[in-house]
Amino acid sequence: MSLTGIFLILFLIVHMSGNLQLLADDGGRSFNIYAAFMSENPFIRVISIGLYASILLHAIQGIALALANRKAKGGKYAHGKVAGATWASKNMALLGILIFAFLCLHMADFWVKMRFTDTLTMVTYAGHDEAVQDIYSRVNVAFQELWLVAVYLIGVTALCIHLVHGFQSAFQTLGLTHKKYTPLINALGWIYSIAICAGFAIMPLYHYFPPSYPPTTNSASM
Amino acid sequence: MIVVGTGLAGAAAAASLGELGYNVKCFTFHDSPRRAHSIAAQGGINAAKNYQNDGDSIHRLFYDTVKGGDYRAREANVHRLAECSTDIIDQCVAQGVPFAREYGGLLENRSFGGVQVSRTFYARGQTGQQLLLGAYQALSRQIALGTVQMYNRHEMMDVVLVDGKARGIIARNLLTGELERHSAHCVIMATGGYGNVFYLSTNAMGCNVSAAWRAVKQGALMANPCFTQIHPTCIPVSGDYQSKLTLMSESLRNDGRIWVPKSKEDAAAIRSGKKKAIELKEEERDYFLERRYPAFGNLVPRDVASRAAKVACDEGFGVNATGLAVYLDFEAAIQRYGKQEANNQGNHTPDAATLRKPGEAKVAELYGNLFEMYEKITGDNPYKTPMMIYPAIHYTMGGLWVDYNLETNIPGLFALGECNFSDHGANRLGASALMQGLADGYFVIPYTVGIFLSNEIRTPKFNPDGPEFKATEKAVDDRLKALMNVKGNESVENFHRRLGRIMWDYCGMARNAEGLNKALGLIRELREEFHKNVFVPGSDRDFNPELEKAYRVADFMEMGELMVMDALNRNESCGGHFREEYTADNEAQRNDEEYAYVAAWEWTDTNTPPTLHKEPLKFENVELKTRSYK
Amino acid sequence: MSAMKLTLHIWRQRHANDTGTFETHVVDANEHMSFLEMLDVLNQTLIEQKKEPVAFEHDCREGICGACSMVINGRPHGPLGGTTACQLHMRHFQNGDHIWVEPFRAKAFPVIRDLVVDRGSFDRIIQAGGFVSVNTGAAVDGNTIPIEKDLASQSMDAAACIGCGACVAACPNGSAMLFTAAKASHLGLLPQGEVENARRVQAMVHQHDKEGFGRCSNTYACEAECPKEISVSNIARLNRWYLKSSLTSNV
Repeated sequence: MSLTGIFLILFLIVHMSGNLQLLADDGGRSFNIYAAFMSENPFIRVISIGLYASILLHAIQGIALALANRKAKGGKYAHGKVAGATWASKNMALLGILIFAFLCLHMADFWVKMRFTDTLTMVTYAGHDEAVQDIYSRVNVAFQELWLVAVYLIGVTALCIHLVHGFQSAFQTLGLTHKKYTPLINALGWIYSIAICAGFAIMPLYHYFPPSYPPTTNSASM
Repeated sequence: MIVVGTGLAGAAAAASLGELGYNVKCFTFHDSPRRAHSIAAQGGINAAKNYQNDGDSIHRLFYDTVKGGDYRAREANVHRLAECSTDIIDQCVAQGVPFAREYGGLLENRSFGGVQVSRTFYARGQTGQQLLLGAYQALSRQIALGTVQMYNRHEMMDVVLVDGKARGIIARNLLTGELERHSAHCVIMATGGYGNVFYLSTNAMGCNVSAAWRAVKQGALMANPCFTQIHPTCIPVSGDYQSKLTLMSESLRNDGRIWVPKSKEDAAAIRSGKKKAIELKEEERDYFLERRYPAFGNLVPRDVASRAAKVACDEGFGVNATGLAVYLDFEAAIQRYGKQEANNQGNHTPDAATLRKPGEAKVAELYGNLFEMYEKITGDNPYKTPMMIYPAIHYTMGGLWVDYNLETNIPGLFALGECNFSDHGANRLGASALMQGLADGYFVIPYTVGIFLSNEIRTPKFNPDGPEFKATEKAVDDRLKALMNVKGNESVENFHRRLGRIMWDYCGMARNAEGLNKALGLIRELREEFHKNVFVPGSDRDFNPELEKAYRVADFMEMGELMVMDALNRNESCGGHFREEYTADNEAQRNDEEYAYVAAWEWTDTNTPPTLHKEPLKFENVELKTRSYK
Repeated sequence: MSAMKLTLHIWRQRHANDTGTFETHVVDANEHMSFLEMLDVLNQTLIEQKKEPVAFEHDCREGICGACSMVINGRPHGPLGGTTACQLHMRHFQNGDHIWVEPFRAKAFPVIRDLVVDRGSFDRIIQAGGFVSVNTGAAVDGNTIPIEKDLASQSMDAAACIGCGACVAACPNGSAMLFTAAKASHLGLLPQGEVENARRVQAMVHQHDKEGFGRCSNTYACEAECPKEISVSNIARLNRWYLKSSLTSNV
């Protein structure tokens, strides 16, 4: 769990920093080129298979763990609750399921459309040889839907809570602890979780509440 | 062979015998061997290692132990104990006992219990726990290897004799209540002491005399039963509901000053809550140990300190609601340490407020965990207000009579640890009980049991279905059924409490012939009432903690009587046995002419007076002297 | 000494296969009693009424034997941190309080009667490897191997475990990792125990799993409820050793 977790943590950094290009005021140029690069580069393709496998493995292991642990518990206490355990730590499986459900929607929204259904328009940019899919516009359109924005915010919040526990938990599980460095890791975990999720949360919000200057999109081509 | 009990002595013995290749069955009434009451020992374990270069030696440890025991222990046993002491430390270190270390990585020692050398090894305030875990782990290893078969939650109900030799036990499975017959070539008992005969003691709730007492009923001799140790620094009784007493480590007396108010009016005002300790001025306080024993002051041995506190309370100077407590005051230590610290920082005229903080910090560093425990139990903050303490029963030096090989007078029946009488005489020194338990278990019994077994090589296995086993089992069953069938109206706990009260009042810290004679009558009456009016709920063939208590208390009722008889017989004051008639200058007076012997009692039944056997004590290496602390 | 009236909701269960239920009793207590003495008072009343007293495990009553095993208002050993039930005093409750008392709950700790549970699984974890394999008499002098003071102290921190099982009772997963890790750390940190660390760690963890304890998911409830305040850093250490021995040793 910890190894796949750390891999996914690393992935999120890449995913978020790449997607921050959604905020660029260039009509989606950089984002679309980036997206094309990510979907065509053979190295990235291999990594991405690893990513899907990691997600599945993380999810399957997590659910198996939760089920086995529930069996080992043998009953709840009638009154009161134990000290020390955060809500997140006790509800990692629930959060995980939420995130997974969100992920399915997220993939259906963008990844499927991009890879399989071929419904995206192609655009060309000066200085870039090939035409690329205009995923940027798809994002922009999608995030005009209030319900979708809300779902994204819920998903990202779940992810944040999941990460707050998961980040330091991964280090604990791998035994990577030290009196001096563990407090740093814990702090880093908080900063990371909040930063990643704030970053992701900005994207739908940015598109739902566009800044005062209208993005100079080539919306005509949609 | 069978080992009963899994404290330091029992677990060490079972493990060591298993290693030697014996087939061992080991029994404990606890749910796990690790819960035996050895675990509660705080202070440490003595060993004559002389790591501190302060002139310690085997002879010196031997001498201190014989003298500390007020010359009522057998020299040979004590000398062997001192010899084994060094091996114990090595063995425990090898097992992974985390003893305290110096910065250089070597073992640390402290002085303890008033001796003049630093020979006590310790693991924080949990030495007993760590040593027991060491023995428990060694035992667990043998259980895994199959040399020891472990029976948790099984209580020894009786020992089975075949042709006069111990060949097995009847055990009760405490979960089902079923009786079981177990046979062996010999039986080793390490079943602890009988301090709970006093109801309130620092012993665990489960500690009992029953296994030892059953051996006595089968013919084993009980030696020096009146030798019981009272520990001066325990948290006082706070009410009738109280179930046990908690020890505060002896080390507190290094810095605490013991006092009571000088006037009875002040004492009465404090008892009724009208006055507080800190309101009393210096000249209104009586530091009675410092007054009576100027040379040793608050550091006099346990028995002396205990008796002085009792005298103060008996005269009406006691300080808590029950009138049975004295103060243990750390204010002077806080001031002294505070002043040192202020001086260190160049402030040579500190005011009271500035030196308080560093003073309290130093005291916390030394005794913080004990202060915390005290506050947890009493709700008082001992940094701000003096602790209240009172003596309590702590250890029993008496026990089954054993020879040098730790064999009782029943061939094949051995007794180890607190269960026997052999090493501490009339008074035990601090940090010696752990030493004795482990010496007996690791280094004595593995050798001496062979002396008995060497003559048994051709003896075939004993059939646990043999007539002796069945007869003993029937007797046990009858005894349990009888208790169940009384169907009276009073709980076992009540009877136990009443017995404890009698024992404490007449056979406690100070005894006299009149009181002891009175106690004899009271115990007999109480015993009769017990067998007529006790109520035991549930069934004897089921998990039934009340029944367990009942048969243990039934045995205490008889053991208590024997203790009183022994105390009555011993017309002298020595160690923990203080007879008010035998004093000189208000201090205990031994009678070496007439009483330098072990009193080993043979008890048949409650209708026959017990027979006294005397083992004279010869002192060839130690000169008998009177202890003086003035 | 102020008297208090308390309403106890106390778990009654005849045996492991019985479903069990809460029974309500009103008890007169006072603030100086320990929690167990308050239960003594209840039992005395039950006995006077010729009823069966509530079975609960207890022995030393000074917080070191690890026998007491009850959950008070949802917390193993009750509301006070770093305290066993026997050292918990009634002054931490209020007159008129309702108190729920239950046994430690975990699949690997089947209930024997009322508040008494079977913790034999702990013994079997120790038997699997929680020892140093030395026979009596084989030891070298205690000062032959110097041990760094800090190391000895860390080992002692772990060795302070009283084996009560509160960690399991607190764990939402019913895991005994804190107990296992404390023992493994106690021995493995010392040079005497380090020798057989790989074998010990593997054996103890496998026995832990075999007993039906859950897996650790780092909720740290164990640390918060441990009456001896054993740190979860021991679990991290065990994880590290387990990983290392899995990858690098022959066992």
